[in-house]
Amino acid sequence: MRITALVIRILRQIVRDKRTMALLILAPILVMSMLHLVFNGDEYTPKVGLVDLSEKIETQLYLENAKLEHYETEKLAKKDLSAKKLDAYLVFDQMPPSVVLEGSDPSVNGAVMRWIQGALKPLQPNGGNQEIKTDYLFGSGDMGQFDYFGPVLLGFFVFFFVFLIAGVSFLRERTTGTLERLLTSPLRKWEIVAGYIMGFGIFTMIQAAIIAWYAIYVLGMLMEGAFGYVLLITLLLSLTALTLGILLSSFANNELQMIQFIPLIVVPQIFFSGLFNLETISEWLSWVGPFTPLYYAAEALRNVMVRGFGWDMIYKDLLMLLAFSLLFMVLNIAALRRYRKI
Amino acid sequence: MNSPIVSIQHVSKNYGKQQVLKDISLEIYEGEIFGLLGPSGAGKTTLVKQLAGLEEPAQGENYIFSEKMPRLDLIKRIGYMAQSDALYTDLTAKENLEFFAALYGLSGKEKRQRMIEVMELVSLTDHMHKMVSDYSGGMKRRLSLAISLLHNPGLLILDEPTVGIDPVLRKSIWESFKSLKENGTTILVTTHVMDEAGKCDRLGMIRDGQLIAAGTPEELMKQTGAANIEDAFLAYGGA
Repeated sequence: MRITALVIRILRQIVRDKRTMALLILAPILVMSMLHLVFNGDEYTPKVGLVDLSEKIETQLYLENAKLEHYETEKLAKKDLSAKKLDAYLVFDQMPPSVVLEGSDPSVNGAVMRWIQGALKPLQPNGGNQEIKTDYLFGSGDMGQFDYFGPVLLGFFVFFFVFLIAGVSFLRERTTGTLERLLTSPLRKWEIVAGYIMGFGIFTMIQAAIIAWYAIYVLGMLMEGAFGYVLLITLLLSLTALTLGILLSSFANNELQMIQFIPLIVVPQIFFSGLFNLETISEWLSWVGPFTPLYYAAEALRNVMVRGFGWDMIYKDLLMLLAFSLLFMVLNIAALRRYRKI
Repeated sequence: MNSPIVSIQHVSKNYGKQQVLKDISLEIYEGEIFGLLGPSGAGKTTLVKQLAGLEEPAQGENYIFSEKMPRLDLIKRIGYMAQSDALYTDLTAKENLEFFAALYGLSGKEKRQRMIEVMELVSLTDHMHKMVSDYSGGMKRRLSLAISLLHNPGLLILDEPTVGIDPVLRKSIWESFKSLKENGTTILVTTHVMDEAGKCDRLGMIRDGQLIAAGTPEELMKQTGAANIEDAFLAYGGA
């Protein structure tokens, strides 16, 4: 009954604040759309060097849609590749020819490889999938794209906005004196925390569903697994964001100080969430990852969205998220003791 | 006099080294308007927060309705209005009332009935559906008061209820205190306005965390030979 009252009040406040509601839903959509355009924009026209190519073979190749340059020796081609005049070159000393990519930009790598496969198709009449020997001047072929870090971004946005808005609204409750007012009512401390979780939880579920739906069905983000799992993961992630936001709001005296937690608490989580290769992070820093909620959420989201895994592969991550939330909840209730002992 | 509703027994409180309350003992009886008079920073708010269950004394005990505070079931019988308005300005007055009424377990017909009654008492009935952000300072103050009355508390604790309110409104608020008192509500009100103090049944004068005098306004003036409450306060303060 009392919790319901709290839930209704919170929902009313969110719905009334149209701007914040728009921020929660439209901001992630806008940013994701921009990233989508940036990373999946118009097809890139690759600059490709052809080394030691005989006229007999050249007539057989499909060489449209690329800027081509002929070279006598591989050495000259390599020089131009280093100077970024080329994205890649093909060496026709054997069949199929070998490829050397510049490699530092994954979207270029992808475009080049797609072009090469098209160009060489006439040489493989039985549609055979002969392995093309590929080398990279920089980087490697494993670098991902929107599909790969999309799930991380999805998790990050949900975390970021829920953290901020729940934190600020609890902070306001404290600074306007309404928290004190709540504590002079028969409301119990855990009821306050539970009310907040349910009130924001309902809204977050709608937010997560809309953003995930947009990313997957409008932007066409890779989605191998079940949509329900994505919702479940984002819901649990927002629960940790919510409880952490409320907890940290007790250490902020105003909205600006709440925002100061973003570079401290929220942004660093990106670095450990697999957006960057965890193995390449310096060892003295990589231990931080397992202490950040986004680490587990991103892993679970990628398992579902990219690898198409199910419950078996994500339940451990989900349990970790739940454990984080429970820990923050207990700390929240303890923090409220500052205002009322009983 | 009947049994005390509030009994403060040798209460002291300190924040670190700063002593905020020093050995205060005080009793408030049923159906009286008791005023705590003292300058800002004298310890009035700390004392009423203890009575509202928000703080606990370092030494001594507070008893309300003969039970030791703080206790959740006692909190239900107390109405508390803090110095700040503590309203949700992004909701309407009605939504604020509904929320707090539900916290005190009111529902259905009783809830609607009480909401209308308390809004009538503070003459805000016409502004029930207005957003609180559109309320004036005085209206917010009165809405806060209405909310603290929702659950029909036996003891009403009001921290500086008329601060920033014009004399006409202040008069009407004091009239509502009197009608509440006639209905048997005990009222504890803090103030630093001397002419308001004269309207209380009994007064406690607080300075630097100490209770320097207690009694009816007439008694206090008579004892010090002062012509008004202000002079009496100064006399007790050793000035």
